[in-house]
Amino acid sequence: MFSLEGITTAVQDWLFIKFNPTLALAIECVIVILLAITLFAGLGLVLVLMERKVAARIQIRLGPNRVGPGGMFQTVADTLKLIMKEGLTPDSADKFLFNLAPFIVMMVAMLLLAPIAFAKNFQIWDINIGVLYISAISSLSVIGILMAGWASNNKYSLLGAMRSGAQIVSYELSAGLAVLTIVVLTGSLQISEIIAAQQNGWWIFKGHIPAVIAFVIFIIAVTAETNRAPFDLAEAESELTAGFHTEYSGMKFALFFLAEYINIFIVCAIGATLFLGGWMPLHIGSWEAFNHIMDYIPSSVWFMGKTFFLIFVIMWFRWTFPRLRIDQLLNLEWKYLLPISLLNLLLVAVIAILGWHF
Amino acid sequence: MFLKEYISDVYNGVTSLLKGMRKTGYYFLHPKEIITEQYPDNRATLVLAERFKGEVVMPHDQNNEHACTGCTACELACPNGTIKVVTKFDVTPEGKKKKAIDALVYHLELCTMCNLCVVACPSDAIKMVPTFEHSVFDRSKLTKILNKPASKIREGIE
Repeated sequence: MFSLEGITTAVQDWLFIKFNPTLALAIECVIVILLAITLFAGLGLVLVLMERKVAARIQIRLGPNRVGPGGMFQTVADTLKLIMKEGLTPDSADKFLFNLAPFIVMMVAMLLLAPIAFAKNFQIWDINIGVLYISAISSLSVIGILMAGWASNNKYSLLGAMRSGAQIVSYELSAGLAVLTIVVLTGSLQISEIIAAQQNGWWIFKGHIPAVIAFVIFIIAVTAETNRAPFDLAEAESELTAGFHTEYSGMKFALFFLAEYINIFIVCAIGATLFLGGWMPLHIGSWEAFNHIMDYIPSSVWFMGKTFFLIFVIMWFRWTFPRLRIDQLLNLEWKYLLPISLLNLLLVAVIAILGWHF
Repeated sequence: MFLKEYISDVYNGVTSLLKGMRKTGYYFLHPKEIITEQYPDNRATLVLAERFKGEVVMPHDQNNEHACTGCTACELACPNGTIKVVTKFDVTPEGKKKKAIDALVYHLELCTMCNLCVVACPSDAIKMVPTFEHSVFDRSKLTKILNKPASKIREGIE
Protein backbone atom coordinates (compact mmCIF):
# COMPACT_ATOMS: atom_id res chain seq x y z
CA MET A 1 0.00 0.00 0.00
CA PHE A 2 1.24 3.46 -0.85
CA SER A 3 2.30 5.50 2.14
CA LEU A 4 4.32 8.65 2.54
CA GLU A 5 5.54 7.41 5.90
CA GLY A 6 7.59 4.64 4.24
CA ILE A 7 9.27 7.11 1.90
CA THR A 8 10.23 9.52 4.67
CA THR A 9 11.66 6.79 6.91
CA ALA A 10 13.61 5.32 3.99
CA VAL A 11 15.07 8.73 3.12
CA GLN A 12 15.93 9.43 6.73
CA ASP A 13 17.62 6.07 7.25
CA TRP A 14 19.64 6.48 4.06
CA LEU A 15 20.75 10.00 5.03
CA PHE A 16 21.81 8.93 8.51
CA ILE A 17 23.84 6.04 7.10
CA LYS A 18 25.58 8.19 4.48
CA PHE A 19 26.25 11.37 6.44
CA ASN A 20 26.95 12.39 10.01
CA PRO A 21 23.81 13.35 12.00
CA THR A 22 24.26 17.13 11.74
CA LEU A 23 24.70 17.10 7.99
CA ALA A 24 21.83 14.66 7.60
CA LEU A 25 19.56 16.98 9.58
CA ALA A 26 20.65 19.93 7.43
CA ILE A 27 19.90 18.00 4.25
CA GLU A 28 16.52 17.02 5.66
CA CYS A 29 15.77 20.66 6.33
CA VAL A 30 16.64 21.55 2.74
CA ILE A 31 14.41 18.75 1.46
CA VAL A 32 11.53 19.97 3.64
CA ILE A 33 11.99 23.55 2.40
CA LEU A 34 12.02 22.40 -1.21
CA LEU A 35 8.92 20.28 -0.66
CA ALA A 36 7.12 23.18 1.01
CA ILE A 37 7.95 25.54 -1.85
CA THR A 38 6.91 22.95 -4.42
CA LEU A 39 3.66 22.39 -2.57
CA PHE A 40 3.04 26.14 -2.51
CA ALA A 41 3.65 26.58 -6.21
CA GLY A 42 1.56 23.55 -7.07
CA LEU A 43 -1.28 24.59 -4.78
CA GLY A 44 -1.26 28.10 -6.19
CA LEU A 45 -1.66 26.79 -9.71
CA VAL A 46 -4.29 24.19 -8.83
CA LEU A 47 -6.39 26.34 -6.50
CA VAL A 48 -6.57 29.35 -8.80
CA LEU A 49 -7.68 27.10 -11.64
CA MET A 50 -10.15 25.32 -9.35
CA GLU A 51 -11.57 28.64 -8.20
CA ARG A 52 -12.08 29.81 -11.77
CA LYS A 53 -13.66 26.55 -12.83
CA VAL A 54 -15.95 26.39 -9.80
CA ALA A 55 -16.93 30.02 -10.30
CA ALA A 56 -17.69 29.34 -13.94
CA ARG A 57 -19.83 26.31 -13.22
CA ILE A 58 -21.76 28.13 -10.52
CA GLN A 59 -22.38 31.09 -12.83
CA ILE A 60 -23.42 28.75 -15.69
CA ARG A 61 -20.28 29.54 -17.67
CA LEU A 62 -17.45 27.39 -19.00
CA GLY A 63 -14.44 29.11 -17.46
CA PRO A 64 -10.91 28.97 -18.88
CA ASN A 65 -10.86 26.44 -21.71
CA ARG A 66 -8.29 27.57 -24.27
CA VAL A 67 -4.81 26.99 -22.81
CA GLY A 68 -4.23 23.27 -22.72
CA PRO A 69 -6.92 20.59 -22.46
CA GLY A 70 -9.91 22.09 -20.66
CA GLY A 71 -7.89 25.19 -19.77
CA MET A 72 -5.52 23.18 -17.56
CA PHE A 73 -2.48 25.36 -18.22
CA GLN A 74 -4.27 28.70 -17.86
CA THR A 75 -2.76 29.41 -14.45
CA VAL A 76 0.70 28.37 -15.64
CA ALA A 77 0.42 30.92 -18.42
CA ASP A 78 -0.84 33.54 -15.98
CA THR A 79 2.08 32.88 -13.65
CA LEU A 80 4.58 33.21 -16.49
CA LYS A 81 2.98 36.51 -17.40
CA LEU A 82 3.18 37.77 -13.82
CA ILE A 83 6.83 36.75 -13.51
CA MET A 84 7.74 38.71 -16.62
CA LYS A 85 5.84 41.83 -15.57
CA GLU A 86 7.62 44.78 -14.05
CA GLY A 87 7.33 45.02 -10.28
CA LEU A 88 6.60 48.68 -9.88
CA THR A 89 7.19 50.52 -6.61
CA PRO A 90 5.30 53.82 -6.32
CA ASP A 91 7.46 56.89 -5.92
CA SER A 92 6.19 58.09 -2.56
CA ALA A 93 5.77 54.63 -1.05
CA ASP A 94 7.76 53.45 1.94
CA LYS A 95 10.05 51.34 -0.23
CA PHE A 96 11.36 48.98 2.44
CA LEU A 97 7.99 48.12 3.98
CA PHE A 98 6.35 48.04 0.57
CA ASN A 99 8.75 45.38 -0.67
CA LEU A 100 8.79 43.50 2.61
CA ALA A 101 5.01 43.13 3.02
CA PRO A 102 4.34 40.40 0.43
CA PHE A 103 7.12 38.30 1.88
CA ILE A 104 5.74 38.66 5.41
CA VAL A 105 2.34 37.48 4.22
CA MET A 106 3.98 34.59 2.40
CA MET A 107 6.21 33.69 5.36
CA VAL A 108 3.22 33.51 7.69
CA ALA A 109 1.55 31.12 5.30
CA MET A 110 4.72 29.01 5.21
CA LEU A 111 5.03 28.94 9.00
CA LEU A 112 1.48 27.66 9.26
CA LEU A 113 2.44 24.63 7.22
CA ALA A 114 4.65 23.24 10.00
CA PRO A 115 2.18 21.46 12.30
CA ILE A 116 -0.19 20.17 9.61
CA ALA A 117 -0.32 16.40 9.29
CA PHE A 118 -0.55 15.62 5.58
CA ALA A 119 -0.70 11.88 6.06
CA LYS A 120 -0.08 9.26 8.70
CA ASN A 121 3.18 10.22 10.43
CA PHE A 122 3.90 12.75 7.70
CA GLN A 123 4.19 16.04 9.48
CA ILE A 124 6.95 18.63 9.53
CA TRP A 125 6.78 19.47 13.21
CA ASP A 126 4.49 17.69 15.65
CA ILE A 127 4.58 20.45 18.23
CA ASN A 128 2.67 19.78 21.46
CA ILE A 129 0.81 23.10 21.26
CA GLY A 130 -0.03 22.71 17.54
CA VAL A 131 -3.47 24.31 17.64
CA LEU A 132 -2.27 27.24 19.73
CA TYR A 133 0.67 27.69 17.35
CA ILE A 134 -1.70 27.84 14.39
CA SER A 135 -4.01 30.42 15.91
CA ALA A 136 -1.03 32.48 17.08
CA ILE A 137 0.73 32.50 13.72
CA SER A 138 -2.36 32.96 11.57
CA SER A 139 -3.10 36.29 13.25
CA LEU A 140 0.33 37.54 12.14
CA SER A 141 -0.72 37.78 8.52
CA VAL A 142 -2.64 40.94 9.35
CA ILE A 143 0.72 42.61 10.02
CA GLY A 144 1.77 41.95 6.44
CA ILE A 145 -1.53 43.30 5.14
CA LEU A 146 -1.38 46.42 7.34
CA MET A 147 2.23 46.92 6.23
CA ALA A 148 1.25 46.70 2.58
CA GLY A 149 -1.64 49.10 3.02
CA TRP A 150 0.36 51.60 5.01
CA ALA A 151 3.47 51.54 2.85
CA SER A 152 1.53 51.98 -0.39
CA ASN A 153 0.79 55.60 0.55
CA ASN A 154 -2.63 55.24 -1.00
CA LYS A 155 -5.92 55.94 0.76
CA TYR A 156 -7.68 52.95 -0.71
CA SER A 157 -4.88 50.66 0.39
CA LEU A 158 -4.87 52.08 3.90
CA LEU A 159 -8.65 51.75 4.23
CA GLY A 160 -8.47 48.18 3.01
CA ALA A 161 -5.70 47.35 5.43
CA MET A 162 -7.54 48.91 8.37
CA ARG A 163 -10.69 46.98 7.54
CA SER A 164 -8.64 43.83 7.28
CA GLY A 165 -7.21 44.52 10.73
CA ALA A 166 -10.65 45.01 12.29
CA GLN A 167 -11.92 41.92 10.55
CA ILE A 168 -9.11 39.55 11.49
CA VAL A 169 -8.98 40.73 15.09
CA SER A 170 -12.74 40.14 15.42
CA TYR A 171 -13.01 36.83 13.68
CA GLU A 172 -9.93 35.39 15.34
CA LEU A 173 -12.08 35.17 18.48
CA SER A 174 -14.82 32.95 17.14
CA ALA A 175 -12.35 30.87 15.12
CA GLY A 176 -10.36 30.36 18.31
CA LEU A 177 -13.46 29.41 20.29
CA ALA A 178 -14.54 26.97 17.61
CA VAL A 179 -11.09 25.38 17.73
CA LEU A 180 -11.31 25.31 21.53
CA THR A 181 -14.43 23.14 21.43
CA ILE A 182 -12.38 20.42 19.78
CA VAL A 183 -9.53 20.97 22.22
CA VAL A 184 -12.02 20.56 25.06
CA LEU A 185 -13.31 17.32 23.57
CA THR A 186 -9.84 15.92 22.88
CA GLY A 187 -8.03 17.29 25.91
CA SER A 188 -4.92 18.05 23.88
CA LEU A 189 -3.49 20.81 21.73
CA GLN A 190 -1.28 18.45 19.76
CA ILE A 191 -2.42 17.86 16.18
CA SER A 192 -1.42 14.19 16.12
CA GLU A 193 -3.36 13.50 19.32
CA ILE A 194 -6.41 15.32 18.01
CA ILE A 195 -6.31 13.10 14.95
CA ALA A 196 -5.69 9.97 17.03
CA ALA A 197 -8.76 10.82 19.13
CA GLN A 198 -10.86 10.55 15.96
CA GLN A 199 -9.88 6.93 15.34
CA ASN A 200 -13.41 5.69 15.97
CA GLY A 201 -15.28 8.56 14.36
CA TRP A 202 -14.73 12.16 13.37
CA TRP A 203 -15.50 14.88 15.88
CA ILE A 204 -18.23 16.33 13.72
CA PHE A 205 -20.13 13.05 14.18
CA LYS A 206 -18.99 12.22 17.69
CA GLY A 207 -19.49 15.68 19.17
CA HIS A 208 -23.26 15.88 18.51
CA ILE A 209 -24.81 19.21 17.53
CA PRO A 210 -22.30 21.45 19.36
CA ALA A 211 -19.52 20.12 17.14
CA VAL A 212 -21.58 20.86 14.04
CA ILE A 213 -22.26 24.38 15.27
CA ALA A 214 -18.56 24.83 16.04
CA PHE A 215 -17.73 23.56 12.56
CA VAL A 216 -20.09 26.03 10.90
CA ILE A 217 -18.74 28.89 12.99
CA PHE A 218 -15.19 27.82 12.22
CA ILE A 219 -15.84 27.81 8.48
CA ILE A 220 -17.48 31.26 8.62
CA ALA A 221 -14.70 32.69 10.76
CA VAL A 222 -11.86 31.35 8.63
CA THR A 223 -13.56 32.61 5.48
CA ALA A 224 -13.45 36.02 7.09
CA GLU A 225 -9.88 35.55 8.29
CA THR A 226 -8.61 34.71 4.84
CA ASN A 227 -10.29 37.87 3.51
CA ARG A 228 -12.44 36.02 1.06
CA ALA A 229 -15.85 36.95 -0.24
CA PRO A 230 -18.40 37.45 1.29
CA PHE A 231 -15.96 39.00 3.76
CA ASP A 232 -13.48 40.46 1.27
CA LEU A 233 -13.78 43.97 2.64
CA ALA A 234 -10.02 44.34 2.62
CA GLU A 235 -10.09 44.15 -1.16
CA ALA A 236 -13.67 45.20 -1.95
CA GLU A 237 -12.97 45.93 -5.59
CA SER A 238 -16.22 47.85 -5.99
CA GLU A 239 -15.28 50.27 -3.21
CA LEU A 240 -11.51 50.25 -2.83
CA THR A 241 -10.25 49.21 -6.29
CA ALA A 242 -8.19 46.35 -4.86
CA GLY A 243 -7.69 47.39 -1.24
CA PHE A 244 -4.33 46.71 0.29
CA HIS A 245 -2.72 45.43 -2.90
CA THR A 246 -3.87 48.24 -5.19
CA GLU A 247 -0.32 49.44 -5.79
CA TYR A 248 1.29 46.05 -6.22
CA SER A 249 2.15 44.60 -9.59
CA GLY A 250 4.06 41.71 -11.08
CA MET A 251 5.44 39.05 -8.82
CA LYS A 252 4.75 40.98 -5.61
CA PHE A 253 1.08 40.99 -6.46
CA ALA A 254 1.35 37.31 -7.33
CA LEU A 255 2.74 36.64 -3.85
CA PHE A 256 -0.31 38.23 -2.23
CA PHE A 257 -2.54 36.29 -4.55
CA LEU A 258 -0.70 33.06 -3.82
CA ALA A 259 -0.74 33.73 -0.07
CA GLU A 260 -4.52 34.09 -0.18
CA TYR A 261 -4.92 30.67 -1.73
CA ILE A 262 -2.30 29.07 0.50
CA ASN A 263 -4.12 30.49 3.51
CA ILE A 264 -7.36 28.98 2.27
CA PHE A 265 -5.63 25.64 1.91
CA ILE A 266 -4.17 25.85 5.39
CA VAL A 267 -7.35 26.86 7.18
CA CYS A 268 -9.23 24.14 5.32
CA ALA A 269 -6.54 21.66 6.28
CA ILE A 270 -6.94 22.71 9.91
CA GLY A 271 -10.71 22.44 9.64
CA ALA A 272 -10.34 18.98 8.13
CA THR A 273 -7.91 17.98 10.87
CA LEU A 274 -10.04 19.21 13.75
CA PHE A 275 -13.53 18.31 12.63
CA LEU A 276 -13.19 15.73 9.88
CA GLY A 277 -10.41 13.60 11.30
CA GLY A 278 -7.41 14.76 9.27
CA TRP A 279 -5.92 11.75 7.50
CA MET A 280 -8.13 9.36 9.47
CA PRO A 281 -10.29 7.22 7.18
CA LEU A 282 -14.06 7.16 7.61
CA HIS A 283 -14.89 4.48 10.14
CA ILE A 284 -18.43 3.56 11.06
CA GLY A 285 -18.85 1.86 14.43
CA SER A 286 -18.55 -1.89 14.11
CA TRP A 287 -18.78 -2.38 10.34
CA GLU A 288 -15.51 -4.28 10.16
CA ALA A 289 -15.56 -4.93 6.40
CA PHE A 290 -16.42 -1.32 5.55
CA ASN A 291 -13.72 -0.02 7.86
CA HIS A 292 -11.15 -2.31 6.25
CA ILE A 293 -12.00 -1.09 2.75
CA MET A 294 -11.70 2.50 3.94
CA ASP A 295 -8.28 1.70 5.42
CA TYR A 296 -7.02 0.72 1.98
CA ILE A 297 -7.35 4.30 0.72
CA PRO A 298 -4.02 6.01 1.54
CA SER A 299 -4.15 8.49 4.39
CA SER A 300 -2.77 11.29 2.20
CA VAL A 301 -5.73 10.85 -0.16
CA TRP A 302 -8.12 11.11 2.77
CA PHE A 303 -6.48 14.29 3.99
CA MET A 304 -6.38 15.94 0.58
CA GLY A 305 -9.93 14.87 -0.20
CA LYS A 306 -11.30 16.42 2.97
CA THR A 307 -9.25 19.57 2.56
CA PHE A 308 -10.33 20.07 -1.02
CA PHE A 309 -13.93 19.45 -0.06
CA LEU A 310 -13.71 22.27 2.49
CA ILE A 311 -11.96 24.48 -0.07
CA PHE A 312 -14.83 23.80 -2.42
CA VAL A 313 -17.33 24.78 0.26
CA ILE A 314 -15.51 28.06 0.82
CA MET A 315 -15.50 28.73 -2.92
CA TRP A 316 -19.17 27.89 -2.99
CA PHE A 317 -19.71 30.60 -0.35
CA ARG A 318 -17.76 33.08 -2.37
CA TRP A 319 -19.77 32.67 -5.53
CA THR A 320 -23.14 32.56 -3.81
CA PHE A 321 -23.22 35.22 -1.14
CA PRO A 322 -23.18 38.99 -1.56
CA ARG A 323 -20.55 40.98 0.26
CA LEU A 324 -21.29 42.34 3.73
CA ARG A 325 -20.92 45.96 4.73
CA ILE A 326 -18.31 46.70 7.38
CA ASP A 327 -20.94 47.32 10.10
CA GLN A 328 -22.80 44.16 9.15
CA LEU A 329 -19.52 42.29 9.28
CA LEU A 330 -18.80 43.41 12.82
CA ASN A 331 -22.43 42.86 13.85
CA LEU A 332 -22.27 39.31 12.60
CA GLU A 333 -19.17 38.61 14.62
CA TRP A 334 -19.89 40.41 17.88
CA LYS A 335 -23.66 39.94 18.07
CA TYR A 336 -24.08 36.52 16.57
CA LEU A 337 -20.99 34.35 16.12
CA LEU A 338 -19.23 35.22 19.38
CA PRO A 339 -22.20 34.73 21.78
CA ILE A 340 -23.23 31.57 19.98
CA SER A 341 -19.74 30.13 20.08
CA LEU A 342 -19.33 31.04 23.76
CA LEU A 343 -22.56 29.24 24.59
CA ASN A 344 -21.49 26.38 22.37
CA LEU A 345 -18.17 26.09 24.17
CA LEU A 346 -20.02 25.86 27.49
CA LEU A 347 -22.22 23.12 26.09
CA VAL A 348 -19.22 21.21 24.77
CA ALA A 349 -17.50 21.51 28.15
CA VAL A 350 -20.57 19.95 29.81
CA ILE A 351 -20.61 17.18 27.21
CA ALA A 352 -16.91 16.51 27.67
CA ILE A 353 -17.11 16.44 31.47
CA LEU A 354 -20.13 14.17 31.56
CA GLY A 355 -18.66 12.02 28.78
CA TRP A 356 -21.75 12.24 26.56
CA HIS A 357 -19.76 12.10 23.34
CA PHE A 358 -19.10 8.72 21.78
CA MET B 1 -39.07 38.28 23.53
CA PHE B 2 -35.66 39.56 22.55
CA LEU B 3 -34.28 36.04 22.55
CA LYS B 4 -37.11 34.84 20.31
CA GLU B 5 -36.33 37.57 17.80
CA TYR B 6 -32.64 36.76 17.97
CA ILE B 7 -33.18 33.08 17.31
CA SER B 8 -35.58 33.74 14.45
CA ASP B 9 -33.01 36.17 13.00
CA VAL B 10 -30.35 33.50 13.02
CA TYR B 11 -32.75 30.91 11.65
CA ASN B 12 -33.95 33.14 8.81
CA GLY B 13 -30.41 34.16 7.95
CA VAL B 14 -29.14 30.60 7.79
CA THR B 15 -32.11 29.29 5.80
CA SER B 16 -31.97 32.09 3.25
CA LEU B 17 -28.23 31.54 2.77
CA LEU B 18 -28.81 27.82 2.36
CA LYS B 19 -31.46 28.56 -0.25
CA GLY B 20 -28.91 30.51 -2.27
CA MET B 21 -26.32 27.77 -1.87
CA ARG B 22 -28.84 25.22 -3.06
CA LYS B 23 -29.38 27.15 -6.27
CA THR B 24 -25.69 27.60 -7.01
CA GLY B 25 -24.99 24.02 -5.98
CA TYR B 26 -27.62 22.88 -8.47
CA TYR B 27 -25.87 24.86 -11.21
CA PHE B 28 -22.52 23.39 -10.19
CA LEU B 29 -23.80 19.84 -10.43
CA HIS B 30 -25.68 20.35 -13.69
CA PRO B 31 -23.26 21.31 -16.47
CA LYS B 32 -26.14 21.09 -18.91
CA GLU B 33 -27.31 24.46 -17.62
CA ILE B 34 -24.22 26.17 -19.03
CA ILE B 35 -25.32 28.85 -21.46
CA THR B 36 -21.93 29.86 -22.87
CA GLU B 37 -21.81 29.96 -26.67
CA GLN B 38 -18.33 29.00 -27.84
CA TYR B 39 -18.60 31.52 -30.60
CA PRO B 40 -15.97 31.08 -33.27
CA ASP B 41 -16.13 27.29 -32.88
CA ASN B 42 -19.89 26.96 -33.13
CA ARG B 43 -20.48 29.48 -35.87
CA ALA B 44 -22.64 27.02 -37.79
CA THR B 45 -24.92 26.19 -34.89
CA LEU B 46 -24.88 29.55 -33.11
CA VAL B 47 -28.20 30.36 -31.44
CA LEU B 48 -28.93 34.02 -30.84
CA ALA B 49 -31.78 35.46 -28.84
CA GLU B 50 -34.82 36.34 -30.93
CA ARG B 51 -34.78 39.92 -29.74
CA PHE B 52 -31.16 40.45 -30.74
CA LYS B 53 -30.88 43.31 -33.24
CA GLY B 54 -27.77 43.46 -35.39
CA GLU B 55 -28.54 45.23 -38.66
CA VAL B 56 -31.39 46.67 -40.72
CA VAL B 57 -32.12 44.82 -43.94
CA MET B 58 -34.76 45.07 -46.64
CA PRO B 59 -36.18 41.64 -47.51
CA HIS B 60 -36.59 40.94 -51.19
CA ASP B 61 -38.69 38.14 -52.64
CA GLN B 62 -37.71 35.81 -55.47
CA ASN B 63 -38.80 38.33 -58.15
CA ASN B 64 -36.37 40.86 -56.70
CA GLU B 65 -39.22 42.91 -55.35
CA HIS B 66 -39.40 44.75 -52.06
CA ALA B 67 -42.15 46.51 -50.15
CA CYS B 68 -40.63 49.98 -49.82
CA THR B 69 -42.78 52.81 -51.13
CA GLY B 70 -40.22 55.49 -50.46
CA CYS B 71 -42.43 57.29 -47.95
CA THR B 72 -39.35 58.32 -45.89
CA ALA B 73 -41.08 57.44 -42.61
CA CYS B 74 -37.96 55.58 -41.54
CA GLU B 75 -35.73 58.51 -42.36
CA LEU B 76 -37.93 60.78 -40.27
CA ALA B 77 -38.09 58.29 -37.41
CA CYS B 78 -34.34 57.76 -37.24
CA PRO B 79 -32.91 59.73 -34.32
CA ASN B 80 -29.38 60.03 -35.70
CA GLY B 81 -29.63 60.24 -39.46
CA THR B 82 -28.72 56.67 -40.17
CA ILE B 83 -31.14 56.23 -43.05
CA LYS B 84 -31.33 58.36 -46.18
CA VAL B 85 -34.07 57.63 -48.69
CA VAL B 86 -33.27 58.72 -52.25
CA THR B 87 -36.52 58.80 -54.23
CA LYS B 88 -37.25 58.85 -57.92
CA PHE B 89 -40.40 58.88 -60.02
CA ASP B 90 -41.36 55.86 -62.04
CA VAL B 91 -43.71 56.25 -64.98
CA THR B 92 -46.44 53.61 -64.93
CA PRO B 93 -47.85 52.12 -68.18
CA GLU B 94 -50.87 54.40 -67.83
CA GLY B 95 -48.57 57.36 -68.02
CA LYS B 96 -48.86 58.26 -64.37
CA LYS B 97 -45.87 59.24 -62.26
CA LYS B 98 -45.31 57.11 -59.21
CA LYS B 99 -42.91 57.76 -56.35
CA ALA B 100 -40.41 54.98 -55.74
CA ILE B 101 -37.01 54.56 -54.13
CA ASP B 102 -33.81 54.93 -56.01
CA ALA B 103 -31.67 53.94 -53.07
CA LEU B 104 -32.26 53.40 -49.36
CA VAL B 105 -28.89 54.33 -47.93
CA TYR B 106 -28.21 52.81 -44.53
CA HIS B 107 -25.21 53.90 -42.42
CA LEU B 108 -24.52 50.92 -40.22
CA GLU B 109 -21.71 52.80 -38.49
CA LEU B 110 -24.21 55.34 -37.16
CA CYS B 111 -26.98 52.93 -36.28
CA THR B 112 -27.83 52.35 -32.60
CA MET B 113 -30.21 49.45 -33.33
CA CYS B 114 -33.06 51.36 -31.70
CA ASN B 115 -35.62 49.70 -33.99
CA LEU B 116 -37.59 52.94 -34.50
CA CYS B 117 -37.36 52.76 -38.30
CA VAL B 118 -38.76 49.23 -38.34
CA VAL B 119 -41.63 50.34 -36.11
CA ALA B 120 -42.27 53.42 -38.26
CA CYS B 121 -42.37 51.59 -41.58
CA PRO B 122 -46.03 51.41 -42.78
CA SER B 123 -45.43 48.56 -45.24
CA ASP B 124 -43.01 46.40 -43.22
CA ALA B 125 -40.35 46.84 -45.87
CA ILE B 126 -37.39 46.76 -43.49
CA LYS B 127 -36.58 44.55 -40.53
CA MET B 128 -33.85 43.81 -38.04
CA VAL B 129 -31.73 40.68 -38.46
CA PRO B 130 -29.41 39.12 -35.86
CA THR B 131 -26.18 39.32 -37.85
CA PHE B 132 -23.29 40.77 -35.89
CA GLU B 133 -20.03 40.15 -37.74
CA HIS B 134 -19.80 43.69 -39.04
CA SER B 135 -16.10 44.44 -38.65
CA VAL B 136 -14.39 45.77 -41.78
CA PHE B 137 -11.15 47.58 -42.44
CA ASP B 138 -12.75 50.54 -44.18
CA ARG B 139 -15.48 52.65 -42.65
CA SER B 140 -17.08 53.33 -46.00
CA LYS B 141 -17.93 49.65 -46.36
CA LEU B 142 -20.45 50.09 -43.57
CA THR B 143 -22.57 52.42 -45.69
CA LYS B 144 -24.99 50.08 -47.37
CA ILE B 145 -27.69 50.42 -49.98
CA LEU B 146 -30.51 48.23 -48.81
CA ASN B 147 -32.51 47.81 -51.99
CA LYS B 148 -30.88 45.45 -54.44
CA PRO B 149 -29.93 46.71 -57.90
CA ALA B 150 -32.82 46.71 -60.39
CA SER B 151 -35.31 45.77 -57.71
CA LYS B 152 -38.75 47.27 -57.75
CA ILE B 153 -41.74 47.63 -55.51
CA ARG B 154 -44.06 44.68 -55.14
CA GLU B 155 -47.47 44.94 -56.80
CA GLY B 156 -50.30 46.14 -54.62
CA ILE B 157 -48.28 48.04 -52.06
CA GLU B 158 -49.18 51.67 -51.80
